[in-house]
Amino acid sequence: MKRATSTKSLIANRSFLIGATITLIIGVMAGLSFAWTPYSVSTLDIVAKLKPPSISHWLGTDHFGRDILSMIMIGSRASIFVAFVSVAIGAGIGIPLGLWAAARGGLVDEMLMRFNDLIFAFPALLSAVMITAIFGPGAINAIIAIGIFNIPVFARVARGAALALWVREFVLAARAIGKGEGRITIDHILPNMANILIIQGTIQFSLGILAEAGLSYVGLGAQPPMPSWGRMLFEAQTMIGLAPHMALFPGLAIVVTVLGLNLLGDGLRDLLDPKLRYMR
Amino acid sequence: MLSYASNRVFIGIITLLAASVIIFAVLEVVPGDPARLMLGMNATEDAVRALQEQMGFNQPLIWRYFNWLGGLLTGDFGKSYTYSVPVIDLIKERIAVSLPLALISLALSTMVAIPIGIFAASRRGSVADTSAMGIAQIGVAIPNFWFALLLVYVFAVVLRLLPAGGFTGWENGLWPSVKSLILPSVALALPQASILARVTRSSLLDVLGENYIRTARAKGLSRRKVLYHHALRNALIPVLTIIGMQFSFLLAGTIIVENVFYLPGLGRLVFQAITQRDLIVVEGVVIILVATVIVVNLLVDLSYAIVDPRLWSRR
Amino acid sequence: MNIWKVFLFGTAIALLPSATSFAAKTDLVLGIVLEPPHLDPTAGAAAAIDEIVYANIFEGLTRIGPKGDVLPALAESWTKSDDGKVYTFKLHKDVKFHDGTTFDAGDVKFSLDRARNEKSTNAQKGLFAAIDTVESVDPLTVKVTLRQPSGDFLYNMAWGDAVIVAPESADTNKDKPVGTGPFKLENWAKGSQIVIAKNPDYWGSPAQLNKATFRIIPDPAAATAALLAGDVQAFPVFPSYETIAQFQADPRFKVVIGTTEGETVMGMNNKKPPFDNVKVRQAIAHAIDRKTVIDGAMFGFGTPIGSFFPPHHPAYLDLTAETAYDSALAKKLLTEAGYPEGFKTTLKLPPPTYARRGGEIIAAQLRDIGIEAEIIPVEWAQWLDQVFKNKNYDMTIVSHTEPNDLNIFARDDYYFNYDSPPFKAMIKEIEAISDGPERTELYRQAQKLLAADEPAVFLFQLPKTGVWDAKIEGLWENGPIQANDLTAVKWTD
Repeated sequence: MKRATSTKSLIANRSFLIGATITLIIGVMAGLSFAWTPYSVSTLDIVAKLKPPSISHWLGTDHFGRDILSMIMIGSRASIFVAFVSVAIGAGIGIPLGLWAAARGGLVDEMLMRFNDLIFAFPALLSAVMITAIFGPGAINAIIAIGIFNIPVFARVARGAALALWVREFVLAARAIGKGEGRITIDHILPNMANILIIQGTIQFSLGILAEAGLSYVGLGAQPPMPSWGRMLFEAQTMIGLAPHMALFPGLAIVVTVLGLNLLGDGLRDLLDPKLRYMR
Repeated sequence: MLSYASNRVFIGIITLLAASVIIFAVLEVVPGDPARLMLGMNATEDAVRALQEQMGFNQPLIWRYFNWLGGLLTGDFGKSYTYSVPVIDLIKERIAVSLPLALISLALSTMVAIPIGIFAASRRGSVADTSAMGIAQIGVAIPNFWFALLLVYVFAVVLRLLPAGGFTGWENGLWPSVKSLILPSVALALPQASILARVTRSSLLDVLGENYIRTARAKGLSRRKVLYHHALRNALIPVLTIIGMQFSFLLAGTIIVENVFYLPGLGRLVFQAITQRDLIVVEGVVIILVATVIVVNLLVDLSYAIVDPRLWSRR
Repeated sequence: MNIWKVFLFGTAIALLPSATSFAAKTDLVLGIVLEPPHLDPTAGAAAAIDEIVYANIFEGLTRIGPKGDVLPALAESWTKSDDGKVYTFKLHKDVKFHDGTTFDAGDVKFSLDRARNEKSTNAQKGLFAAIDTVESVDPLTVKVTLRQPSGDFLYNMAWGDAVIVAPESADTNKDKPVGTGPFKLENWAKGSQIVIAKNPDYWGSPAQLNKATFRIIPDPAAATAALLAGDVQAFPVFPSYETIAQFQADPRFKVVIGTTEGETVMGMNNKKPPFDNVKVRQAIAHAIDRKTVIDGAMFGFGTPIGSFFPPHHPAYLDLTAETAYDSALAKKLLTEAGYPEGFKTTLKLPPPTYARRGGEIIAAQLRDIGIEAEIIPVEWAQWLDQVFKNKNYDMTIVSHTEPNDLNIFARDDYYFNYDSPPFKAMIKEIEAISDGPERTELYRQAQKLLAADEPAVFLFQLPKTGVWDAKIEGLWENGPIQANDLTAVKWTD
């Protein structure tokens, strides 16, 4: 397949450029937080609580006197970790399922599609709440809850893309020389649908960030003392009149991150697969 | 067509049955004893045991499942453990909040998004298009509960124009109830509208690129006429699909926003019932939500089939 | 942009005056945090039930007054035999239940026997344990014979769990409560509000309000906004400590910080190492700075306690100095106990703010002496199951809100896993004698023993943070029991 990914077109694509820059900044911030943050977030300083943004605390302090900038930096880890692993789960299970269904067709395919319908029929967030009610709240269980709903998404996308490839000449040719279904899938199908999967991965990643924030907000995500954006917003809610900055900044962090990933996804789509440009 | 339809209905029923088994099985393993929870810290063991017996927990699992399923078929959803009223009554009370909320925000997002989408598509590449789509891009990225918080801060805390939450009940007047639904529906509508505007735009652009539109243009029809008479009708089909999906999402997915505004809706009923281990309520609400999704999907599938007869033979 | 039009339209309508009359108000909207599961106080422990029905809908033989004293209720008067075993209650006449049936001695016998019954689902069966027989002597006289004298009997009969119900309606009280009180249930919109209305046929002095609405507002931020907007005119137990200062500064509101029976403690599993070592427990107590916990979790509201006893009680001893914050001492005690490097443990936290926020602060303080406490948030259902019933926990924070509950440390099989024969003996003695200097002395000894043994870290007494419209009077200042007695509440203009 032909790929129009010269450096020039990468730069020409505004969405990609902005998206990649934001994503990079967030990534660097998360990485930096392992080595350095302006303040420590494990020691509480109750006396300095609810301070508005100032020179010493750029984004102010929270109800325990912790520096909000430091909290946001460290909080990015929870968001990224949860979103990443749940995408990995969804892709790791969903893609093989989709490829298998496309290669076999018939009953296997029908079963998979029905299974997809079944999972899609459940309201995602409510089901996540039920899952965490069983296993207890925590980052790992948030990952499971979000990951489960990523499986049918990847399965559906992989199946669709693979079905389109199975009728192409180069696949038919490989068939003609006696290659098996598994071989063809690995040698020809999978490499040729990498674009679509990467795009879908970006989309699910950004949805994962939103979902993690939502779960943490209702108290079912990462637990203290590990900071997380969603829980920062939950804690800010009761103090909205006293310290609106507590609600403002973690929310902006979520918006910027999700926006960056979405732009990145859109940019990648334009670059890798011009046919899909108008979709979504 | 008929066999396709009956096939889809049959599959829908099977899915619903499978879902009922999953719901029942999952909730069976939820830790925590509802009887103990109802009686609290100082309750004696035999009081807890007496209550467990009263609630029928010592019956075998399979028996309880079929009992529940049989009840569902006759419209009997059982009796709430904690409230001791029929589950169906609770659900009716909550739908009276969730359904209007879903409809208002859907109407709001549709009214805003479709004109914007059409406008952007008709002026593709213009500054207006770029900025509208830029705003939509941001709208998709905003978590609705955070937007809700900001709305509360501005309209309830600072301006004190609208209630920060709560619901007085329809019987206490239409206006106070509608007033308490304004902020939640705006919060819910924003991301939905952003998605919808983008879908409308791209779907319209797709249609505008099709041959028959070019032909119409070539025949000398005005751009406006082509847009509204030919393109729009066809472009709205995917838009309607999205609206259908958003409706079922809004009915169930409002749980977090309901929490921000402490609205007594379906989502919060489930959330509360889970923490109180009122499992029969959870089962009832979830099965209704699942059924809604299945029915909406079925309708969407069937409407596709009506539009595109080629589907009758496939799948 | 269209969205702004929608906004403007919405705000324009919102500004229209709403139809409220300013004539002498006889209705009141109160905010409550937790919705009761049902409304039968004899079949559930939830404090939220008593917050609605106690003294308003249901009444017992005796009742607890605003100061925590025992007052007559359905029993006009009573006499006690010399051996302290037989109580004879004289009942009020012409008392009717809300459904029109007459109240008499038969109802009293029915209610008490029902609560003591083997099949009873009364959550506080212990209150009735001392009762041997209940006889209805005549329609207005009841004789209760005890197995042994009980200093707490009249107090116990004043609990919400001991209210008098009628045989005709006992089974349906959960949804349709039928009591003898000055208010009747009018309507309950589940998840939203409970409305009670004045009972015109009340036997005693009638209520001043015609209607009271309890609006359920679990969220502290929403509680603040609802009060400011006037949607709710009183919040007897206001959940948002952080915004109280704002109300104190606002002349439209009255803020009343009263006392409750809620001793907030960090319970430890006394049979599980290392908490079986008293030095470890003492070290933990010295490592916790109560003031920081109260400032951080409660925004300063709450009285530090050093033992398991309410500070407003006459027999209270301030023992906070015994376990004053002293990091060095804590470290030393920990070393003596054989844990110089500290240890890893868990801290299970139920949902209330005091526990979740307090737990975060305590975990940070314990980290200073080397104890790594992993925070595990649990819902009430899980808490009851894991911590309370199965004692599968290391440390937990909870407020014990029942009145007169010093005896929980004497109970076998209670979740603390604390077993102290001398303490048990003290409680036995206390329960057998009536109020007096002798009992006070015993109470003090018991407090000292607990402060020394530290089966739990005693943190602070939960305050009753009441915020209401300055024109309302008659609401309780303190919370000797969890109730919202509305019998004397009225608007001053």
